Amino acid sequence: MQNGTGSLLIFLILTDLLLLGSSRLRNAIRIGAAQGVALGLLPWLAHGQLTGSALLLGAGSAALKGVVFPALLHRALREIHVRREIEPLIGYIPSLLIGTGVLAAAFAFGARLPLPWESPSPLLVPAGLFTLWTGVFLIMARRKAITQVLGYIVLENGIFALGMVVVEAMPLLVELGVLLDVFVAVFVMGILVFHINREFDHIDSDQLTALKEGAP
Amino acid sequence: MTWALIFLPLLAAGMAMAIRSDRLRRALLVATAAIHFALTAVCWIRPPACAPDAWLGFDAAGRLFLGIASLLFWAVAVYAAHRLGAESRGRQAEEDTGSIFVNAPEAVHTACLLVFLATMTLVAASRHLGVLWVAVEATTLATAPLIYFHRQPRSLEATWKYLLVCSVGIALALLGNFLLVVASAAPDGTGGTLVVRELVARGASLRAPWLKAAFVFLLVGYGTKMGLAPMHTWLPDAHSEAPSPVSALLSGALLNCAFLGILRAHSICGAAGLGGFSGSLLAGFGLLSMGIAAAFLVNQADYKRLLAYSSVEHMGLLSLGAGLGGVALYGALLHAVNHSLVKAALFMVAGNLLAAYRTKQAARTRGALRLLPVSGALWLAGLLAITGTPPFGTFASEFTILRAAFAPGREWMAVAALLALAVAFAGMARTFLGMALGPVPDGFEPAGRRERPAACGPALALLAASLWLGLWIPNGLNDLLGHAARLLGGGAP
Repeated sequence: MQNGTGSLLIFLILTDLLLLGSSRLRNAIRIGAAQGVALGLLPWLAHGQLTGSALLLGAGSAALKGVVFPALLHRALREIHVRREIEPLIGYIPSLLIGTGVLAAAFAFGARLPLPWESPSPLLVPAGLFTLWTGVFLIMARRKAITQVLGYIVLENGIFALGMVVVEAMPLLVELGVLLDVFVAVFVMGILVFHINREFDHIDSDQLTALKEGAP
Repeated sequence: MTWALIFLPLLAAGMAMAIRSDRLRRALLVATAAIHFALTAVCWIRPPACAPDAWLGFDAAGRLFLGIASLLFWAVAVYAAHRLGAESRGRQAEEDTGSIFVNAPEAVHTACLLVFLATMTLVAASRHLGVLWVAVEATTLATAPLIYFHRQPRSLEATWKYLLVCSVGIALALLGNFLLVVASAAPDGTGGTLVVRELVARGASLRAPWLKAAFVFLLVGYGTKMGLAPMHTWLPDAHSEAPSPVSALLSGALLNCAFLGILRAHSICGAAGLGGFSGSLLAGFGLLSMGIAAAFLVNQADYKRLLAYSSVEHMGLLSLGAGLGGVALYGALLHAVNHSLVKAALFMVAGNLLAAYRTKQAARTRGALRLLPVSGALWLAGLLAITGTPPFGTFASEFTILRAAFAPGREWMAVAALLALAVAFAGMARTFLGMALGPVPDGFEPAGRRERPAACGPALALLAASLWLGLWIPNGLNDLLGHAARLLGGGAP
C-alpha cells in the first residue's frame, strides 16, 4: 500500500503544478476534479484496509469533489461565457517558479517535522502542505471569481490530505459535517458567481473595490 | 433540551420557506425567537444534565453565550419583522451610489435568519472542537445570503469577501483541530481526541510543540471570524452593507461565537501549562486590533462602518482581557455581554436613521434629535454606552479588564489600551454628536413623524439592560460569569 499512497501523493503534487500553470478554466476544473477523485482513494490506501468509515468518507469526498463540484463549475462557465483566465495578477511562469520553491520548502519542512508516529507516507505532509498553499495562491493570485472557488476546493483538498495523519481520531460524523459544510460553501459561492457576473458583466473579483477604505 | 434548542429554529426555517403570507412568516420569526429565549431561560435556571464526554451540552460558558445570542435574536426578530414590513417591494434606488436594486425573497431571508440562530446555538452547545468547527463554518454559510439581501453591487462585493475570507480562515482552524489531535494522541497514533473536557483533563500530558501550533492555527482561523486585526478586512464591509437587523446580529452575536472557539482553545493551553504563550498571543492580537480600529474610527464618513470598526475595537478588548487572564477574563466575558447589548441596539438605531435619511453618510445625517426624537436620543445614549461611560455596564467591564492590566510589568498594555479607547471615544463622539444635533437638512419634515414602538423598543430594551448591568449585576448572572471564567481558566473577583 505504501507504493499506492506514494504514487497518489505524487499525482496530487503534479495536479497542483498543472493548476498553477493552466490558463484555460475548463482544464483547470477537470484537473481539480481528477484531484478530488484521487483524494477519495487516500483514506483507503493510507490505512491499508477498507473500513466502513474510510469507504464512506472516500466515496463521499470523491463524489462531491470529482462529480458535483466540477458539474457546478462547468455549468457556471457555460452560463457566463468565460473561457480562460486573462491577465492573472501573477503570471503562469512566475506562478510555477514560486510553486517549485514552495514545494522544496514543503519537503524540507515535512522532513524535519517530528511526527510522534509514523505517517502513512513520507510524502503525505509535504504534498498536503503544497496543495494547501496552491489553493491559497489561486485565491490570491487569480482574478476570476470562479478560479477563486476552485482555489477554495484545492485548499480543502490539501487539508483533507493532511487530515489523513489523524484520520482515526476524527469521528466520522464530524468528517461528514465538514464535507457538508464544504459542499454548501461551494454551492453558495457558485450562486454568488452568477450574481457577480450579472451585476458587473464580468467575474473579475479584483474589480470589487468599491468598499476599499478611502474610496468615494 | 439541547436538541430542542437546535431543532426548533431549523423546523421554523422549514416552515418559513413554505408559508406564503408575509405577515404570518414575520409572526413565526418573532414567535420562534420568543420560544427559543424561553427555553434558554429554562436552561439558565435549571441547567440540563449532560454526560461528561457528551459532544453537545451547555456548560457555564456555553450557557452564557447561548443567552447572549438568544436574547439578541429575540430583540432583533421584533425589529426585523418591522423592518421587513417597511421594505418596499420591487425596484428601489440606493441614494449613496445611485444603483437600482431589488430585495432577495423574504421567505429565504427569514429562513436564513432562523438557520443562523440554530447554528449559533450549536456553537454554544459544542463541547467537541470538531463539532464546533462545523457549527462556526455553518454560521458563515447561513449569514452570507443575509448580507446580500439588498441585491446591489456593494453588498455583493461585501458578501463575496466575507464568504471567501472567512471560509479560508476557518479552513485553517480545521488544520488547528488536526494538530490538536496529534498533540493529544498516544505515541502509536491512537487515542487522540477533540472533546474539550477530555483535552483539559489531559493537561500537561499533551505534546507542547503541537499544542502551540494548534493554538496558532485556531487563533488565526477563529480570529478571522471574530474580526481580530489584521484578519478583520472583511468585517467593516459585511457589517455595513448588510441590512441593519442582520448587522446587529453579526456584530452582537456572531463575533462572540468565534470568541468562544478561541476561549476553548485557550483553556486547553492553560490546562497544559501554556497559558502564558496563548495569553500573550491573545493580548498581542487584541492590542493590535484596538489600535487599528481606533485609527479607522477617526473621520469615518460612513456611520455603519463606524459601528463596524467599533466592533473590531471591542473584539480586541475581549481578546486582551482573555489574554491577561485571571479576573480580566471575567471582565472580558462581562464585556462580551455588554458589547453585544449595546452594539445590537446601535445597529438597530442606525437602521432607523438610514430609513429616514436614506444615506449612510454621517455628513448628510443631521439633526436626528429633531427629526427622530426617540432614535436620536437612543443614538446619544448608545454613544455613551459604547464608549464605556458610567453608569453603563460597559464601564464596569472595561474597568475590570484595565484594572487587571495595571499589574507590574505590563502597565504598558493598559496604557496602550486606554490610549486606543480615548482615540475611539473622540472619533465616535464627534461623528455621533454631529449626527444628533443641529438643524434638520432641507427636504425632511420633522413634524408629524411618529416612530413605531417596534422600531425603537428593541434598542431601548437592550440599552436599558446594559444600563442595568452597570448599576447592578444580578446574582444569577454573576455566578454564571464566575463559573464560566473559572471553567475557561480565569478567575472571578
